[in-house]
Amino acid sequence: MLKLIKTLCALDGVSSREDAVRSYLMEQAAPYATEMRVDAMGNLIVFKQGEQNTGSKLLLAAHMDEVGLMVTAITEDGYLKFDSVGGIDRRVLIGKPVFLGPKRIPGVVGLKAYHLVGKEEEKSLPKIEDLYLDIGAKDQATAQALVSLGEYAVFDSHIEIFGDGLVKAKALDDRIGCAVMLSLLQEPLPMDCTFAFTVQEEVGTRGAFGAAFSVHPEIALVLETTTAADLPGVAPHKQVCALGKGPVIPFMDNGSITDRTLYKRMTQLAEKHHIPWQTKHYIAGGNDAAAIQRSRDGVRTITLSAAVRYLHAPTSVACIHDVQSILELTRHFLCAVAREG
Amino acid sequence: MDLIATLKALNACHGPSGDEVEIASTLARLSAPYADHCTTDTLGSLVVRRKGDGLKLLFSAHMDSIGMIVTHIDEKGFLRFGKLGGLHAPDLLATPVRFKNGVRGMVALDGKVTPKDMKLDDLYLDIGAKDQKEAAAMVQIGDTAVFDTQTVVSGDRILSPYLDNRISCVVLLLALERIKNTPNDLYFVFSTQEEVGLRGARTAAFGIDPDYGIAVDVTCPDDELNADHSGSTRLGGGAAIKIMDSSVICHPKIVDRLSNLAAEKQIPTQRDVLRAGGTDAGAIHQIRAGVPTGGISIPCRYTHMPLEMADLRDVEACVQLVTAFAETDLNEY
Repeated sequence: MLKLIKTLCALDGVSSREDAVRSYLMEQAAPYATEMRVDAMGNLIVFKQGEQNTGSKLLLAAHMDEVGLMVTAITEDGYLKFDSVGGIDRRVLIGKPVFLGPKRIPGVVGLKAYHLVGKEEEKSLPKIEDLYLDIGAKDQATAQALVSLGEYAVFDSHIEIFGDGLVKAKALDDRIGCAVMLSLLQEPLPMDCTFAFTVQEEVGTRGAFGAAFSVHPEIALVLETTTAADLPGVAPHKQVCALGKGPVIPFMDNGSITDRTLYKRMTQLAEKHHIPWQTKHYIAGGNDAAAIQRSRDGVRTITLSAAVRYLHAPTSVACIHDVQSILELTRHFLCAVAREG
Repeated sequence: MDLIATLKALNACHGPSGDEVEIASTLARLSAPYADHCTTDTLGSLVVRRKGDGLKLLFSAHMDSIGMIVTHIDEKGFLRFGKLGGLHAPDLLATPVRFKNGVRGMVALDGKVTPKDMKLDDLYLDIGAKDQKEAAAMVQIGDTAVFDTQTVVSGDRILSPYLDNRISCVVLLLALERIKNTPNDLYFVFSTQEEVGLRGARTAAFGIDPDYGIAVDVTCPDDELNADHSGSTRLGGGAAIKIMDSSVICHPKIVDRLSNLAAEKQIPTQRDVLRAGGTDAGAIHQIRAGVPTGGISIPCRYTHMPLEMADLRDVEACVQLVTAFAETDLNEY
């Protein structure tokens, strides 16, 4: 699992440019898939027959895309202006190394020199318009030869293991979900499952709309990550969730309210099989469940998330034990749906 | 069916967004004598059908209310909560609340915060538990609570929690009772999760695939003290025919039809133009290839506060207008 997460996080896949992630997943899924297709938006939809032939009843979804930057202008002196793709906290951007485009041209997020910053200015956070990307180009023409407008940038981030099973990497949101789905695909399943590796979640769950519409499931399980604020100085009721405390089963987030029957079922399954679990202690975030739930005449949705610190930052942190528990709990969930509908 | 008794019966039910099973079952019981068919769809909306040979006409009134959802239980036994729908901190202080299992409590404010600066995160629910253990035995994280305030009548006006949107549910029930002959195939939808983004009506409407849609909901009037003209209606001005709100621009054909019908049947009406706020009409008109959709609104002061106020004469006018539209032959225009 760890190896798989490392491989997936190393791939670049800013929203709408998920190609590298999709190619890898297709290659890995192919030997195990009953059917596989890529839809108009770019979602990879894999159907795998299970012991019980339940057709499209159950959809599992995880998004392939990650947050990043996009080049919006090239200045006369060869710097790049940019905007964020997906929600990026601009506090974490300044001074960070990035790679641009499929050629992985190195760059750094720059800001005017510190000695030029006034006292008042120092107290406030620079706007994204005040930042620029430095790719070492000496003028506009040199920069233009290296990148075009609309080129994306990802964070240059080493993947490392530290502490008790903690992993730090970019794009844990939501390569963790992709890794769980790919692991499941490689196992015999108790029922037919459709796996949707979706695009453009970070810019508004845009891929999942089409995926859910074409699959037309009755139940959907979204495999995701969620923001953990288990940090010093954060009041317990604002920490949301914590690393190492097991899968997060949210009763709601800002995008959807979990189907109450599925919520009860999932929490009972965790208890029964002695899998540690937690729920969100604060309402924040949203995911593909929002789009899937409102598809056609409605879909009953539930999410299993890994708690992740510094979500949407160049380096986020998750706990591998939580991911293993998510995989285990998902297996039990599939068996329960296969058995009881 | 008595208006006030029915409203009280509905308000005794639990039904905040996402947790509408109890209110749905009560509405199903009250609708049953006038329905050919009652079903609950995937997201929990109740669909009451009066079969007809003609075009499919959908009326939608959301049955969910705004509410609170427990996110954290602290060591003192106090509950932190998130909002289900539009809750505003200044409206909530000292409000009595009720959980589905009957547990009562009230909204209180963190002592470190002055009321002037309070945000929702600074409020908590006190259910009288002496510590975390006792609180956890009474409610769980994820449990929902609603305002536990009373319904009273003062003159022509009703003061009640959750007129948004239980009063519209009553309007549909009363219309169901009154409708005699209709050439149309009628679907009365009591939708879920409107307060969190018109979610239930969207999927219910997709399932029904109607020819026309009407959302029945409350609207913010312009007759509160120093109102800011973001609404256009007043209490007692009659049934409000929706022209637009921030979720929909009503189909002109529906607006005209409702206006003409009202004139013909001498039902008092006013026009509802609302700059903020949305209704189920916002979801219904955009499903599939599009549905000509309108709205019938009951002006309601102090919307989303623990007590709201509406005028009984407006409610009656809305019942008449819904009944008249349901009975009109939609093939004739």
